[in-house]
Amino acid sequence: MNYKSTLIYLIISTLYLLTLKLVWIILSVLQGLEMTSITLEKNLILGLSISLLSILFGNKINLLIKNLGLSLVFTYIFYVINNVTPLWFYFGIFLIYFLFLNNIRNYDLKYLNQPHVIEKVTFKYITLFGIVFFSLVILFPFYIMLVTSFKTQASLLMNPLDFSLDFTKSFKEFFKSYFVVFKTYNFSRYILTSTIVSIGTVIITLLFAIPAAYAVARLNFFGKTFLSTSILIIYMFPAIVLVIPLYTIFSQLGLRNSISGLLIVYTATTLPVAIYMLQGYFKSIPKEIEDAALIDGHNWFGIILKIIIPLSLPAIASVALYVFMIAWNEFLFSLMFLDNPKTFTLSRAINYLSGDAETPRQFLMAGSVIVTLPILLIFIYFEKYLVGGLTSGSIKG
Amino acid sequence: MADKLSKIEKRTAYALILPAILLVFSIILFPIFANIWISFKEVELKDIRIPEPRAKKIIKSIPEDQTKLKIVYKLRNSSLLENITDVKLKDKLPANIEFVNIDPRCNFKSRTLSCSFGEWKAKYRENLEFIIYNVNGNLIDKKSLKSKKPKLSGKADNILLTTNFTLNNFKKVFFKNDFKDLLLTTFYFTFFGTLGAIIFGVLAAQLVNQKFSGRTFMRSILLFPYVGPVVALAYTWTLLLDPNSGTLNALLIKFQILDQPINLLGQKYLTFQFLGIDLKLRLALTTVIFFEIWRYFPLAFLFVLARLQAIPKDLYEASDVDGAGPLNKFFNITLPQITAIISILFMIRFIWNFNKFEDIFLLTGGASGTRTLPINVYEQGFAISNIGMGSAVSMVIVLILIIFMILYFKLIGKRANEL
Repeated sequence: MNYKSTLIYLIISTLYLLTLKLVWIILSVLQGLEMTSITLEKNLILGLSISLLSILFGNKINLLIKNLGLSLVFTYIFYVINNVTPLWFYFGIFLIYFLFLNNIRNYDLKYLNQPHVIEKVTFKYITLFGIVFFSLVILFPFYIMLVTSFKTQASLLMNPLDFSLDFTKSFKEFFKSYFVVFKTYNFSRYILTSTIVSIGTVIITLLFAIPAAYAVARLNFFGKTFLSTSILIIYMFPAIVLVIPLYTIFSQLGLRNSISGLLIVYTATTLPVAIYMLQGYFKSIPKEIEDAALIDGHNWFGIILKIIIPLSLPAIASVALYVFMIAWNEFLFSLMFLDNPKTFTLSRAINYLSGDAETPRQFLMAGSVIVTLPILLIFIYFEKYLVGGLTSGSIKG
Repeated sequence: MADKLSKIEKRTAYALILPAILLVFSIILFPIFANIWISFKEVELKDIRIPEPRAKKIIKSIPEDQTKLKIVYKLRNSSLLENITDVKLKDKLPANIEFVNIDPRCNFKSRTLSCSFGEWKAKYRENLEFIIYNVNGNLIDKKSLKSKKPKLSGKADNILLTTNFTLNNFKKVFFKNDFKDLLLTTFYFTFFGTLGAIIFGVLAAQLVNQKFSGRTFMRSILLFPYVGPVVALAYTWTLLLDPNSGTLNALLIKFQILDQPINLLGQKYLTFQFLGIDLKLRLALTTVIFFEIWRYFPLAFLFVLARLQAIPKDLYEASDVDGAGPLNKFFNITLPQITAIISILFMIRFIWNFNKFEDIFLLTGGASGTRTLPINVYEQGFAISNIGMGSAVSMVIVLILIIFMILYFKLIGKRANEL
């Protein structure tokens, strides 16, 4: 038996188990569990013994029986030690034990004798910790956003930890914030504006970018290298240095508070990146196909329309989704250019709501859910394309 | 023939590119030059409106004499600050109308009333009144009288187009604006934000590069903070960190880690003791940096993961044969393979974070020691309404940016295209 590696294995796995339990306790406290202190020593002993038992049993008995048995026994012990009420809490604890045992199923005394086993075990646990850490850190704010939109300001001020949802409420009562946000705060209008602006930006950007990218990728003309370098440089200029001159110019031209003004700015700021992304893809299309089409008597317009576009649909989809995301999420220009509620985009509307300290937070969060949900759904559905767009274009952002 | 073809090719190329160039030029390049221009002028937000002469035409009946009507032109200078010179008014009236009295500045010829007023001072107002009657004694049709609007013209200086320049804005930026503090805060924010995002990005990429169940799910959610709209995420964080009713503070107090709630976004310094030394931490700035890391590590993650997955598997297999452990593998195989991408990422993200505005603006508005240069542009330009000052600050940003870009292109510009 390798004492050193066994000891390290025991310590790390105990810590890991403790982390899992802590996360579960925090989440349960948010659902109304009354547990203010965790007896650290007892939990450490519990963790140590379950890890030790697991490797001692090894694979001498059936894995499922071992895991189920150990989880049940230790859940019971946990219950005896802590003795707090709700049953679902222990169900979670049981699941954690079960998951944990499943994670360490490969470890037995023989395994711990292998070379580099300390590093291997540490790496494995770092991965496990990483999964827990990143999931918690990323999903927690989204969870708070979603749940807050179903609560009321008064109840949250009284007990900021009570995130339990009352599912017995009627449908209308349960989604009250959303009804209010749509009715009193006119969010349907803002959704429409945001959609028009985003889709409009995508279409106009593509209309301008596809021909330009084709020319940069394929045709020979004076100033080509200069142009392709300047695309990259222009693309690095941030919105904040454009905002004051654009504000003054747009004020004098009467383009502020208009959707067309916003469309112009969004298109111009996304054009360089769109051209940059598209020309890279166009270059990868074999030139012979075009030459054949040229001989067949197609002109360049026909080549773009009949060959380039159909062949590069995935790249165009990537660019379109990426541009859509930028336009949908954009905030700075909509803050500067829009001060009439009639032309607000969703982002600007939420900012406007928050400007009034009287706005209850559930309405603010309902608005936030409304602006976040579409873009996340689009992302999940088209993940492949959007990730493609992100990697080729999102040096910016 | 070949010559002709290449000529056509050139012409096509220009035709294809021109629309894009024109748009980018007018919305991105032209404003940058306009910025230089404005930064040397003393312009305030209220000066932006071009002064123009205005007139409102009102028709009044005269009760004693139904055949006559009174026309009142309510004249004013729209600007409270600027004079307008050479103001002229023109108004076309229906046929057969004569004036009872006429102002000496005006004359009436071939149905057109034309007046020239000379200069209108700022805030100028006047009611110009005429009495008119119909030559053939009929009643005057009020509607046709009202239907035409008077035309006004005048010359006014557009403050943006005058040529008085001054260095005052830049003097103020460098000497009266806590410039050192501003620059330092911006650099803290940028440096630690970028570094943190890359460290967490590498960790996350290393994580997702392992085999475990739920790996694709993990990869999706790791990108959420970047994909979500900044407004929604920033407000969620503000609620989460709120000192009075925020979840985080409530949790920390409930588990007796803190006695007092801390205002993570509203407190400038946090003093604490470490090894007997009193240390001061820029608390609000640190929180904002953490938000920045949270929101942008997905990008570093994405790039590093793509690189990691391109590392040939046989490298690892060979090292397995040699009996190398995971730590050894990471330092000797993985790390050398990703240093290039990390340095490129660092430069690019550094440039972008340097210009970050929304995140800080939404979280703290630049208060409690989080005022960076981009925030200052907004404050000067729109909160204090001094457009010229705002422009000057943004010029400073542009200059620093140009230095960064030169560095970037010198160091890794060519390799960036290989990405």
